[in-house]
Amino acid sequence: MSAPGQPRLRTLVATVEDVPGVLNRVASLFRRRNYNIASLTVGASEVPGLSRLTVVVSCDDATAARLEANLWKLVDVVAVDELAAADVVERDLALIKVKADHTQRALVVQAAELFAARVVDVAPTELTIEIAAPRQRIDDLRAVLEPFGVIAMVRTGAVAMARAGVGAAVPQPPRAASGA
Amino acid sequence: MTAAAATATAAAPTPAPATRTGAEMIWEVLVQEGVEVVFGYPGGAIMPAYDALPRYPVRHVLVRHEQGAAHMADGYARASGRVGVAVATSGPGATNLVTGIATAMLDSVPVVFITGQVSSALLGSDAFQETDVTGVTLPITKHNWLVTRAEEIGPVLREAFAVAKSGRPGPVLVDITKDAQQASCAFDPADRRVARPPRPRPARGATADALARAVALIDRAERPLILAGHGIVAAGAAAELAAFVARTGVPVASTLLGLGGFPATDPRALGMMGMHGEAWVNRAVQDADLLIALGMRFDDRVTGNLATFAPRARKIHVDLDPSEIGKNVAVDVAIVDDVRQVLAALTPRCRPAERAAWMAAIEAGKGDSAVRDIQQLPDTGKLHAAHVLHDLWRLTEGRAVVVTDVGQHQMWEAQYYKHDHPRGLVTSGGLGTMGFALPAAIGARFARPDAEVWVVAGDGGFQMTAAELSTCAQEDLKVNIAIINNGYLGMVRQWQELFYGGRYVATPMRSPDFVKLAEAHGLTGLRVTRRAEVAGAVAAARAAAGTVVIDFRVEAEDSVYPMVPSGADLGDMIRRPLRSRLIETGADDELTEEPPR
Repeated sequence: MSAPGQPRLRTLVATVEDVPGVLNRVASLFRRRNYNIASLTVGASEVPGLSRLTVVVSCDDATAARLEANLWKLVDVVAVDELAAADVVERDLALIKVKADHTQRALVVQAAELFAARVVDVAPTELTIEIAAPRQRIDDLRAVLEPFGVIAMVRTGAVAMARAGVGAAVPQPPRAASGA
Repeated sequence: MTAAAATATAAAPTPAPATRTGAEMIWEVLVQEGVEVVFGYPGGAIMPAYDALPRYPVRHVLVRHEQGAAHMADGYARASGRVGVAVATSGPGATNLVTGIATAMLDSVPVVFITGQVSSALLGSDAFQETDVTGVTLPITKHNWLVTRAEEIGPVLREAFAVAKSGRPGPVLVDITKDAQQASCAFDPADRRVARPPRPRPARGATADALARAVALIDRAERPLILAGHGIVAAGAAAELAAFVARTGVPVASTLLGLGGFPATDPRALGMMGMHGEAWVNRAVQDADLLIALGMRFDDRVTGNLATFAPRARKIHVDLDPSEIGKNVAVDVAIVDDVRQVLAALTPRCRPAERAAWMAAIEAGKGDSAVRDIQQLPDTGKLHAAHVLHDLWRLTEGRAVVVTDVGQHQMWEAQYYKHDHPRGLVTSGGLGTMGFALPAAIGARFARPDAEVWVVAGDGGFQMTAAELSTCAQEDLKVNIAIINNGYLGMVRQWQELFYGGRYVATPMRSPDFVKLAEAHGLTGLRVTRRAEVAGAVAAARAAAGTVVIDFRVEAEDSVYPMVPSGADLGDMIRRPLRSRLIETGADDELTEEPPR
């Protein structure tokens, strides 16, 4: 657990209206206020017309509070919540293309299996591994694969929600209505 | 439609037909929202809206550049507290608004900007005069909308007004395609639907706990100081602030935009703090054991070096915008709420106090400030801006709406024109936009038809938007204009003198003959070169029926003192030299001794 004044990675989930430009507005806010984004993903939510955005950002507690306040100022934002590290289910999807000829293939596949990753594409001298896992686990797999020769990697960035049974499954708008 | 028919329609609307064009919907909503005047400039993509305008009781002021329209709508909003409206066409018309939009954004001024856009079928094709205006203005508006259908115009415009004035106010922009203006849609005069009702926001408000902690700090403080910002004016909290001060005895320092929120002539008014505040005011900030920040945001021009800002003070911060809390300065008690309501809640809870010792200490800190003040020095015939502003204040009895530009004259105005009333000073604080004054004053003219309106501008900034003199002439407006003409971009020259080895790069400026410029517009021009002539010229301008331009030829190399260099400690001020070749007088011999600091 780091001190309040120390920057650490944290996960914010914002529910936003699915209208043109909303991603642009959120991204513009982060750029303008000089927040350090690790990842930003957006996709459909369970409610038609609402999208859900997951932002992983490195900052201290005070900056995080201001970031939340700034997100609330965006007209298209419906709800904002920082998910506590202990109460979050978080997944990042990665595709990793690794060098693997016939001498190395078994070793690479074995490494992938240790991480519960799947081989999704195979060629004579390389193969592609898919993994959906928390960020750190993907970093770890990548480190393990590095000696074999990582040719390319693509990641989606984290999507997250609160654990089942911990408060609301997804952040809800606060009840108090007191204007923008 | 003839003009007579238009007037008749406006006066007595015919039974409402079932439809309106999008263009008509724009004006229907503006009339619903109580808009009486808009500032704008026509062009291809907004022509349908202009074509419909004569059928509605809205006055249109034709500007000479869209930046002028933006500042006029801004000045209108600042002087009145109502929402200002500016209209422009697509492309260059819209991009010319940008400086004015950013000006309103930085100072939280409610303005609705309406721009025409190319027809929806052409969007994204780099069509003639197409610019992605919602993209361009995204970071400098509270929100903006692109409207492509006539049916959306009413609900979106109503939402735009609501967003502009709700919470912390600010500018919004509605970009409307030409085909949306031309299309027709069903119209119901009773319909007040907004595109989207406001979403719930986190509960704010002064909790009993926060109020109690604030009261405890205030009651316990020995050297408390209020820092009053623009929020006092914007929230209409001047009376509540006066009541709070009357009970608690806490003196008030103001930010530039806070001036007028507390009467300058009140004994507990210290005037402006910060970069060009009086040294003794900044010393009071540094010595205070409690700062009560009301509707202000600890801007760098106010705090100086943050690391050494008010080191002895606990801090209470009252602001409507939670993202301002702790942004620049860590605070002990934060109250996120309307400052008017917070003050009303605090006042009866605080114990009455006189704070005579603290007031005496502040008074003692003034030291020799008065004798360093130019306006106290004998008249040597030389004209200083301080003379002009002091006389202007005296002769208008502090009741004018003064609209300043940006630079030295702006600081002199803040120092020498004592504002006793909210919305008596209109100035660009956050963005510091040169060229703001004349158009903003035109806006203020419409907002406050009964007030005396004065522009105070430098020779540089005035020339940035001087074309709006033509607007004054065409609209037959009465605005008094004081140009503080020193032949330099004075504030930059001052920095060059102090921090850049006296190298005056690109700051000497040759101006047109402002008297002839006024006359070329059919207006009156006067020139003043000596202090003795100031009062006569001000009186002549006040008496004249139309706009008067006064060219005050002031000392060329005068500087604004005192000054905290950018980023320096607030207590570390450069003061006006006692002996200066600019202000040498017979009295100087008595003043050469360096006073105790």
